Amino acid sequence: MIPAAFQYQRVDSLDGAIAALTEHGDDAKLLAGGMSLLPLMKLRLATPTVLVDVGRLRDLSYVRDAGDHVAVGALTRHRDLETDGVLAAHCGVLRAVAAQVGDNQVRHRGTIGGSVAHGDPASDLPAALVALDATFVARGPAGERTIAATEFFHGFLETALGADELLTEIRVPKCGPAGFAYEKFNRRAQDWAIVGALAARVDGSTRVALVNMGSVPVRASAVERALASGASPSDAAQHAAEGTEAPADLNASSEYREHLARVLTRRALEAAGV
Amino acid sequence: MRIAMTVNGAVQEHDVEARTLLVQYLREACELTGTKVGCDTSSCGACTVLLDGESVKSCTMLAAQADGASITTIEGLATGDELHPVQRAFHEHHGLQCGFCTAGMVMAAVSLLEEIPNPSERDVRLGLEGNLCRCTGYHNIVQAVLAAAGAAGSTT
Repeated sequence: MIPAAFQYQRVDSLDGAIAALTEHGDDAKLLAGGMSLLPLMKLRLATPTVLVDVGRLRDLSYVRDAGDHVAVGALTRHRDLETDGVLAAHCGVLRAVAAQVGDNQVRHRGTIGGSVAHGDPASDLPAALVALDATFVARGPAGERTIAATEFFHGFLETALGADELLTEIRVPKCGPAGFAYEKFNRRAQDWAIVGALAARVDGSTRVALVNMGSVPVRASAVERALASGASPSDAAQHAAEGTEAPADLNASSEYREHLARVLTRRALEAAGV
Repeated sequence: MRIAMTVNGAVQEHDVEARTLLVQYLREACELTGTKVGCDTSSCGACTVLLDGESVKSCTMLAAQADGASITTIEGLATGDELHPVQRAFHEHHGLQCGFCTAGMVMAAVSLLEEIPNPSERDVRLGLEGNLCRCTGYHNIVQAVLAAAGAAGSTT
């Protein structure tokens, strides 16, 4: 399968990328690792006429200790997150979730920024970033702005990013090396999660987020509230599907996804030591 | 557009359409048909090659993205008549049945052993999760990779 024809433009600077987006607007798509975009283009579900390749902007590949948070460049590959020492010490959960994305080949190419900007609710990292109250930095012709992860995802493959904006950095509040678990359920090893549940203990409270339980990654707020008022993990997990709009597809019905959300949330809470 | 890359140690330079996939480039422009197209949806791993030493699925990458890079395909592993240790281990441990997934399995295994030189069986199974064998010949594939790791370890 071959993508529809497009004009390929490789840029060597952030300004160059923004200029290309400004010039081509909605006709253009940014290409980072291509692990989400290229499969869609091969199926002709996406047919951008201009592809702006930002894959060589090495300046946007880094993990830095930034005091109260860890700053991650948008073009940092999953493989680099998976093996990063700063993340291991200050945000072990992000490192562990990155290690569960796709397979080795996908993690060698895919980037955290690409995963976030793609806005697929079945992706692993966006849910983790929502759970951790991360902040995203976007750059456009008008300059830089920050967007809370909880406000970023608007719908299936839709985000707060403008057509002329580029995601540059992900800021994750420090949350230590341990006290988390990510339970991902799928049929084939490297597949997208049919449902995923992430639990993380941060500053004395427990955060829970769900993958593929709606059009955007969501927090299991009812579970978090139940835990805060003293419910046991297994009782709190019974609330996991509340307020969700689980999709139905060839892998699972909505009802089955709701069941998975409750089971996986309980397992994640127990494994996280809640 | 004009692209150039090093494939198995030799410079390759061709005019391609921007939408040309790396696997298509390797098979059709470079005439290296050892790399297979299996599922064509980045699930099966039959098209796995090394990009600057790391495994990638060449059906889910544009040839243009590999412009300037160094690519290794299954044809580039052996030294003359001498098989690469992973190839030899697949041969000795019967790590192939129909053979369609083999090139991708071997390339994925080479990359895995570069990252984890002394893997456990679990490391190997997880490390090859992106490669499917429809003959379901996984047991001997895993044994072959473990044997290759042991062989490499014993020579150092």
